[in-house]
Amino acid sequence: MAALRDIKRKINAVQKTKQITRAMNMVAAAKLKSAQQRMENFRPYAIKFMDVLNSLALRVDTRAHALLAVRDPRRIRVILMTSDRGLCGSFNTNLIKIAEQFMQAKRKEGKELSLIPVGRKARDYFRKKAKVVNAHADVFRRFDMSLAIAIGEDAIPAFIAEEYDELYLIYSEFHNVGVQKPKVVRLLPLPSIGGEDVDIDKRIDYIYEPSDEVLLDQLLPMYLRVLIFRALLETSAGENGARMVAMDNATSNCDEMVRSLTLKFNKARQAAITMELMDIVGGTEALKAG
Amino acid sequence: MAEELLLEIVTPEKLAYSGTVDEVTCPGSEGEFGVLRGHASLLSAIKFGELSYLKDGKRVSYAVNTGYAEVTGSKVTVLVETAERADQIDVDRARRAKEAAEQKLAKFTKEDPEYDRAKIALERAEARLKIAGQH
Repeated sequence: MAALRDIKRKINAVQKTKQITRAMNMVAAAKLKSAQQRMENFRPYAIKFMDVLNSLALRVDTRAHALLAVRDPRRIRVILMTSDRGLCGSFNTNLIKIAEQFMQAKRKEGKELSLIPVGRKARDYFRKKAKVVNAHADVFRRFDMSLAIAIGEDAIPAFIAEEYDELYLIYSEFHNVGVQKPKVVRLLPLPSIGGEDVDIDKRIDYIYEPSDEVLLDQLLPMYLRVLIFRALLETSAGENGARMVAMDNATSNCDEMVRSLTLKFNKARQAAITMELMDIVGGTEALKAG
Repeated sequence: MAEELLLEIVTPEKLAYSGTVDEVTCPGSEGEFGVLRGHASLLSAIKFGELSYLKDGKRVSYAVNTGYAEVTGSKVTVLVETAERADQIDVDRARRAKEAAEQKLAKFTKEDPEYDRAKIALERAEARLKIAGQH
């Protein structure tokens, strides 16, 4: 029977697909683990960094710094982070949707927008839809601090040169494997730093080399890179989390499909056997009658 | 033996080094400086260069990128964006970076902002090769 063979073929195909989705699930799980490890490793750096920045901010008037300068926000620059690869559910769609809404709203207010896409999906989507400053695509496979430095290069000097007035970062905040939320934060001008939660007793009077102002000059861009790098790590973890869940669903959908196809196959087989039996019985009856 | 000094090199990727040493030499932005135990509290910016420490008479070098060093009497905390131990420097990568920077230098005029960037990149690649000891 042709129908039988068709169903059999379909079952095989679905089983092959299932093997692939299951493998992708496991790869994503491994990558997620290493991404989380990196987030963990990054924490001491971020904490120590904030300590020093805060204690420095106590002594220096940070408001005067170029990276904290508040201007009339006429021109806005956005850094959008998505993944490079698909097959991770609605992860990229959500990020792009938020970015699109955000930029639409700002455009309606008459702002001029430019975009720094990070990740291939963001670049491809906005290639013709927005003014792209410099795209960073195919970067998530292996990235380190130098990526954050490169992104910072597209944003920090231009802000100081007053080529634009506000910088926003749209990335995926990582909550857990199942939950990632697109998030919009303002990077520049930097919100004022330091102040409240610094332990005065722990403060040490340092010799500053070079002077504290110059040191701040170096630390503030570093602070920005810390924020960018953390967003990169979270986006990368989120991508793999989303892919893990998507591939897990795909695998169980495959199971479901194999089950219903097998049922169909058995029914068709049963029908074929019954039909054949009927033929034989009918034949013998006819012979007897003759 | 001199009294102990605790050194921590922290990068975004990992704790590159943590342990007691006898002496630390840092590439400060105002010039190289050495730290022994009992050094006055100091917070210094660090520029690209060679950071090294001395332990049991042996000197170990790292190629570090911008950051800062925080010195208190018994502890040196170095926060840098990258740190590579001399024997772990990717020499091939540094060579490639050097060649790429040299090509850029030949291509751009001095007025081009790319020129300065390439020059910095070249200096960094050369410094890394030097620290790796395979210039």
